[in-house]
Amino acid sequence: MNWIFLVASTVPTMLRAVPGDPALHIPDGFLNLPISLLGWILTAILLAVAVRRTEGEFSERQIPLMGVMAAFIFAAQMINFPVAGGTSGHLLGGALAAISLGPWAGMLVMASVVGVQGLLFQDGGLVVMGANILNMGLLTALIGYGLYRGVLGQSRGVRLAVAGVAAWLSVMAGALGTSLQLWLSGTARLDVVMPAMLGVHALIGIGEALITVAALAFILRTRPDLLAGTAEARAGRGWVVAGLAAALVVVLLSPFASANPDGLERVAMDLGFIGQGADAPYQILPDYAVPFLGETALSTVVAGAAGALIVAAVAVVIMRMLRRSASPA
Amino acid sequence: MSIHVNAFDRFRAGESLIHRLDPRIKVVVTVLFIVSNVLLPDGAWLAFALAWGVILLTGVVADVGVGYTFKRSFVALPFALAAVTAIFAIPGRPLASVHLGPWDLVATDAGLIRFVSIVIRSWLSVQMAILLTATTQFPDLMHALRHLRMPRLLVAIVSFMYRYLFVLSDEAMRLLRAREARSARLTEGDGGGSILWRAKIAGNMAGQLFLRSYERSDRIYNAMLARGYTGQHLTLNPHEMRNCDWLIGALAVMLTVFLQVVGRL
Amino acid sequence: MPVTHERAVDVGSKRTVFSRNGGDPGRVPALLVESLEFAYPDGHVALREVSLEIHQGEKVALVGPNGAGKSTLMLHLNGILSGEGEIEVAGLRVTEPNLPAIRAKVGLVFQNPDDQLFSPTVFEDVAFGPLHMGLSEDEVRDRVDWALAQVGMSDYADRLSHHLSAGEKKRISIATVLSMGPEILVLDEPSAGLDPRARRNLITLLSELPHTTLVSTHDMLMVRELLPRMVIMDEARIVADGRTKELMDDVALLEAHGLEHP
Repeated sequence: MNWIFLVASTVPTMLRAVPGDPALHIPDGFLNLPISLLGWILTAILLAVAVRRTEGEFSERQIPLMGVMAAFIFAAQMINFPVAGGTSGHLLGGALAAISLGPWAGMLVMASVVGVQGLLFQDGGLVVMGANILNMGLLTALIGYGLYRGVLGQSRGVRLAVAGVAAWLSVMAGALGTSLQLWLSGTARLDVVMPAMLGVHALIGIGEALITVAALAFILRTRPDLLAGTAEARAGRGWVVAGLAAALVVVLLSPFASANPDGLERVAMDLGFIGQGADAPYQILPDYAVPFLGETALSTVVAGAAGALIVAAVAVVIMRMLRRSASPA
Repeated sequence: MSIHVNAFDRFRAGESLIHRLDPRIKVVVTVLFIVSNVLLPDGAWLAFALAWGVILLTGVVADVGVGYTFKRSFVALPFALAAVTAIFAIPGRPLASVHLGPWDLVATDAGLIRFVSIVIRSWLSVQMAILLTATTQFPDLMHALRHLRMPRLLVAIVSFMYRYLFVLSDEAMRLLRAREARSARLTEGDGGGSILWRAKIAGNMAGQLFLRSYERSDRIYNAMLARGYTGQHLTLNPHEMRNCDWLIGALAVMLTVFLQVVGRL
Repeated sequence: MPVTHERAVDVGSKRTVFSRNGGDPGRVPALLVESLEFAYPDGHVALREVSLEIHQGEKVALVGPNGAGKSTLMLHLNGILSGEGEIEVAGLRVTEPNLPAIRAKVGLVFQNPDDQLFSPTVFEDVAFGPLHMGLSEDEVRDRVDWALAQVGMSDYADRLSHHLSAGEKKRISIATVLSMGPEILVLDEPSAGLDPRARRNLITLLSELPHTTLVSTHDMLMVRELLPRMVIMDEARIVADGRTKELMDDVALLEAHGLEHP
């Protein structure tokens, strides 16, 4: 079924007015609420740290820089090159942003790119945006910068080669994250979606790697000062470790899961992620029944009321926040 | 100025009730509506239909044209392919079985219902998001998000990004056009040179765009300094919640609660 | 100085606070530059012994080939760059602690309106300066209305910057500094990239604004029409400074510095 995904990921790219990799922009409805919320929580934590780190002494210069660079990444995703048979390679940009701007700024930039693509162009959903930012902005920055940081002192050739590998791995990480989230949401079968996603992105990642390396080489040739500045200003050992760890997860988990999806499902089951084999928890509540009440009329009513209550509670919390911020600041 | 800039613009100017609603309420209601869709159980056909009715009604009140939302609502459809496997993933009454390479797939009725439900949820959610974008200027959206506790720094970055999206996309298009003008293709093919060489050209373009953007951000920074910028990004607060906003908000909440109940009956 | 607007009076009255010679604003030069020297970090010398005095209400052209140091000089006027020498704007020295006041006094309009207009909407851009001067919200709104009216763009407050034409962008760019109530307008290549009609509108606008104005440009026709005084820079120095009419007739001088007789 790989070929279907190959077609699926290239055809819409050609039809779309907006650049980017459609296979990684999850729309609303494809992830369940717990996974969506988990994505938002992880994203919010990382972005909060990124905001704190960036609001240091350089922030006044950083704000226009990051804003324009986010627009740059968006525009750079339009730049493509023909590969074969009407398909084309193009840039996602997560690794490039992190390597050229530093990891925290890179994360903020990529979060802005994914956010605007979702808000302005419906390219990726709103409730699932946390997951999308995680897949395309945060994992990519972590791996891209972490690996590159590890070889900063090395020769130009080594740095560029590692940047290429990091770019490829960052795309693979995004694909891995996306397929895991789809599977955990009960939207897709792991044994199909994982190999298909990883297979397609192993190819897409090559395009990403080639453009990233060529772009970095161009920058190193014309303005080497730009890359030196961002990299040296930040301490790096933690990044190297985290980047290597994330890269290892991708390298080890991908083939394992592709070859042996049942194994991964068993692990997930043992960890309590999913209940019963392929039947992942799609809703917080089972469709029509509350477990201890069995499938009775009462159970249906209780489930319905509980669903309504959850929505109402979320609404009240948001309204509360609104009322506070609506009073004159 | 250039053609594609307009292709980027999703806002439909108007004076409707929906246009004039406080953007905060619009953001909250949109998110709530999408959450509600996600929470609806598989096969809640009546609730799905009602939710679509809400969208159609909103579209009519907003005067954006039913066709507009409908036409653009298929952007997310290609992704449905990822959910196709749901048909074979859920235990239920077997409908058919497919043998595809290493896979032995059994389609079930529950799986089919799951798949269709996922696609409908997504399709409904996308339409609501389209309505939000079509009736709200992006800067107003940013103000709303600022009030909803999005960090000031992120709001500032996204505002700059929105401003320069068009400028830099223009520059990217110019680079692409220049490449096209110089690559005289004799036959309809994949373009000249090896893939590596073509990738290098594309990478050079990205690098060039990077440098131009970097230098532009320097000039922008100077322009900001010249107008008294000291590192704080100040903005005025142009939106006030009116009674009518609260009312619509409350109505929307009740409506989503109602949809949840209907979906579970 | 023809004062036609309330806001301008407002600004004018503040001037006396900084004035050195006892509240006679007419005698304080709008701009005073004394033997300014500047070299970029890479060693390139951009300004040598530059001295210049501009009186209130004067409209002055700054011409010369690219790389002569015009833009570098302009960036010094409100302290974005700082070299050796003295600069005073309406009696106030350009020094680090004075920068906030200086930046309100010098309305610097950059060449590319896409750099000057960095906010999503016209309103936000015109409000940026007054807001960062620490003015109240009402005052900021008043100033935005006033500045947009000055450039004839009152209806454009809610427009998105990227929807404007080049000529409109240029007018809004000028409004973004007018809203700060500047003593002196400093414009870098204002007519570059404009079509003939937009250029004509710009010249009309600039001739109507009462402000002291310094314009860096290659547009010699505009210089002849709009700017009675002309300063020629070449190779980091001021090589001529006089009445436009007279300097324009000195074809040898113009040619020696890569300028064209219009």
